[in-house]
Amino acid sequence: METIVKHRIKQVLKGDQNAYGEIVEVYKDKVFQLCYRMLGNRHEAEDIAQEAFIRAYINIKSFNQNLKFSTWLYRIATNLCIDRIRKKKPDYFLDAEVPGTEGLTMYSQVPSETPLPEDEVESIELHDTIQKEISKLPDKYRSVIVLKYIEELSLNEISEILDLPLGTVKTRIHRGREALRQQLRHV
Amino acid sequence: MKCPEQIIDYMHEYLDEEISEEHEKILREHLQSCSDCQEYFRELNKSIALVQSTSHIQAPDDFTSKVMAGLPKEKKKTEIQRWFRSHPLLTAASLFLALMTGSIFSTWNEEHQFSVSKQPNLIVENDTVIVPEGEVVKGDVVVRNGKVKIEGEVQGNVTVINGERYLASAGNVTGEITEVNEVFEWIWYHIKKTAKNTADLFENDEKEQSFQ
Repeated sequence: METIVKHRIKQVLKGDQNAYGEIVEVYKDKVFQLCYRMLGNRHEAEDIAQEAFIRAYINIKSFNQNLKFSTWLYRIATNLCIDRIRKKKPDYFLDAEVPGTEGLTMYSQVPSETPLPEDEVESIELHDTIQKEISKLPDKYRSVIVLKYIEELSLNEISEILDLPLGTVKTRIHRGREALRQQLRHV
Repeated sequence: MKCPEQIIDYMHEYLDEEISEEHEKILREHLQSCSDCQEYFRELNKSIALVQSTSHIQAPDDFTSKVMAGLPKEKKKTEIQRWFRSHPLLTAASLFLALMTGSIFSTWNEEHQFSVSKQPNLIVENDTVIVPEGEVVKGDVVVRNGKVKIEGEVQGNVTVINGERYLASAGNVTGEITEVNEVFEWIWYHIKKTAKNTADLFENDEKEQSFQ
């Protein structure tokens, strides 16, 4: 996989924009997933994931081709997510009341899908709970937990992505796990 | 019961898959004897399993196209290069056409000067060629970018390129009179001439052969 990507990167460097589309196809789900778990919101996640790919394209000349492209891409995405979390202003919340209405929340603005089977609803609720708990983690713990347990990356890769010493990554993972244990023990 | 402090560290070492055999042994033995630590370890594992269980979500279908639309425009040059690379036949054809039209037009432009075929008894006045009365001009007369006045006799063809001709009542041309004014006519004339020359060449060859 990496060799195909390396080849495509060479084409992009020669100025072939179409080759970049194939790179996006390879990594889009992983990057989107990373952003979604970091931000806890699909819309924002899509925004930031796209931004990450666009930044990677613009700065592709500074990418060191001896490294893994995914590491570099995840670093861009993680940094963008952390920036967004820090700047985040509370804007749209689904359970906020729609102005000028009584008791009508943003939920009612979202088109309802066909009724879901009970167990599916349950599993979605569980996923929502877990996502909420992940979102409660401070961003420095959240990023390592997402990279480790959702993207399933090695500690070494995480230390490269976050540009942190391995020891720091380990400490953060331990603290993150402790926090999750506290939050999820009664789920 | 007071648990050794490092037990929780060992748990994390275990979860990082970096535990030494020695530590693992201590951890196992302790967990068997301490229900509190067992519970603690179970909770850690459970929270990890829960985090991992969140279904893997996929990017929206139009994700890639949106990214591509958001990229800065690539240089026109590469776009053209890619087009050429993917259409080799069309590239060759268009290159051929471009060169052909180029050469034809340049010849056309080069020949915009007044010129006339050389016959001793032709009279040239400014850009007018006169075949004088009573004279007999032998051979073909070709006039470019000029007028021709025929008062005498021409034993051959008269061709006027980009010009006019006057045939006086007394004048006489034994061959054909051709006027070429438009560039396409001129090209056609060129083709005919080349074909005729080639044919003549063959005829001459035959004649030479018959002499031998």
